[in-house]
Amino acid sequence: MKREYDVLVVGGGPGGAYAAKTFAEKGYSVLLTEKRPAIGVPVRCAEGVGKKLLHEFFKPEDQWIAAEIEKANIIAPDGFKMELEPERAGSEVGYVLHRKIFDRDLVWQAAGAGAEVQVKTRAVSPLMENGAVKGAILEQNGTSHEVRARLTIAADGVESKFSRWCGVDTTVPLREMETCAQYLMTGIDIDPHATEFFVGNDVAPGGYVWIFPKGEKTANVGIGVGGDRCKPGNRPIDYLNRFVKSHFPNGKTIELIAGGVSICQPLPCTVADNLMIVGDAARVSDPLTGGGIYAALYTGKLAGEVGAKGLDQGDTSSQKLMPYDKTWRESYLGKALERNYQIKEVFVKLIDDDLNAIIHSVAKMNMSDFNTLNLIKNIIAANPKVALKLGKAGLKNLIDSF
Amino acid sequence: MIEVHREICAYCGCCVSVCPEGALELVDAYLDIDTNTCINCGLCVRVCPLGALEAKK
Repeated sequence: MKREYDVLVVGGGPGGAYAAKTFAEKGYSVLLTEKRPAIGVPVRCAEGVGKKLLHEFFKPEDQWIAAEIEKANIIAPDGFKMELEPERAGSEVGYVLHRKIFDRDLVWQAAGAGAEVQVKTRAVSPLMENGAVKGAILEQNGTSHEVRARLTIAADGVESKFSRWCGVDTTVPLREMETCAQYLMTGIDIDPHATEFFVGNDVAPGGYVWIFPKGEKTANVGIGVGGDRCKPGNRPIDYLNRFVKSHFPNGKTIELIAGGVSICQPLPCTVADNLMIVGDAARVSDPLTGGGIYAALYTGKLAGEVGAKGLDQGDTSSQKLMPYDKTWRESYLGKALERNYQIKEVFVKLIDDDLNAIIHSVAKMNMSDFNTLNLIKNIIAANPKVALKLGKAGLKNLIDSF
Repeated sequence: MIEVHREICAYCGCCVSVCPEGALELVDAYLDIDTNTCINCGLCVRVCPLGALEAKK
């Protein structure tokens, strides 16, 4: 480990790895640090990603793909199953990844591009000078190292502390923290090419149960519950155990995964002097689906591109880095996050009768143009009572968000 | 005082992100609580997916 780099990346997930790779390809000296001894483990993810979205970045390697998903099923509280076929499922048609392999390959790519990688190395505090970040103190093997960097990337995930130490409040409100548990199960009878989503206040209050196939008879079976709905005896693990007992009594659990996904608005600002915040640390996971792989890749890459311009010109002030913040907010990602936040705010308030009515009505719709705006309009038209309940303000927000 | 039941905790970091005081930290694969900073608000206890945290009087 050297004492000085152009770029220090804190965190070796997809966002950090892609940022490191981007900077390294442009010829900058990069140090990527990961606090854990191995990249990609333990997994904290349901591992689903939209096909088209992933293809924006690369042609996926075969070993990353656990399953190809052709359709999605949404199961209403009353058990009614709505099938979303490819032309209707949008970007939900995709892959279920092996994150252990995927994450490691991304770091491998960053290393191949020239980045230095240090594992079991934890940033314990930023180096601050006149309010600007100048690198970090890193702990490795019981020794502290002062590492200076012209630009630091906070890619430290959902449990992000680095930006907080730099003065950015990253606290997630309890009700906007989706608390999750998942089993990797085998020996279960599933459609290996369909994802399933179970909604309802008995199954998963303020969230959903997912079944994401990872091959024949094998799947991630998990649940996310709104943080404010989580209580002793009714924690995600309890809901999950009940679900598994009734749906897959003979299935075998070969891995337990716990996790948290923020479903809040993104951080109000994702840059500071000599600092850029990417991925889950920036709170850019999707508030409706909980997905965060695409957002991490997108913000990681963009941070690399905008940050490199700043480095080129010897100016990495927050003002100079601001195009990063502005660009992602105006991108497909930023717009989808805003829209899905509004939908999520409505979704978490629905009672089971509303959910049943909505899902039944959508299944009956014959929409040639199945986009989200059309979907919402049709839902409102078919469910005047639900629409009434959501109130004028809620509906206006929802419509305005498209 | 918040107590971590290490035999239950699966080190996911859910609690860390809701802590308003920044008193929790996920160090590698264990949870560290700064008892000087912790205000015993109990948000971490509530949000834990596995029930690994306990507020002790």
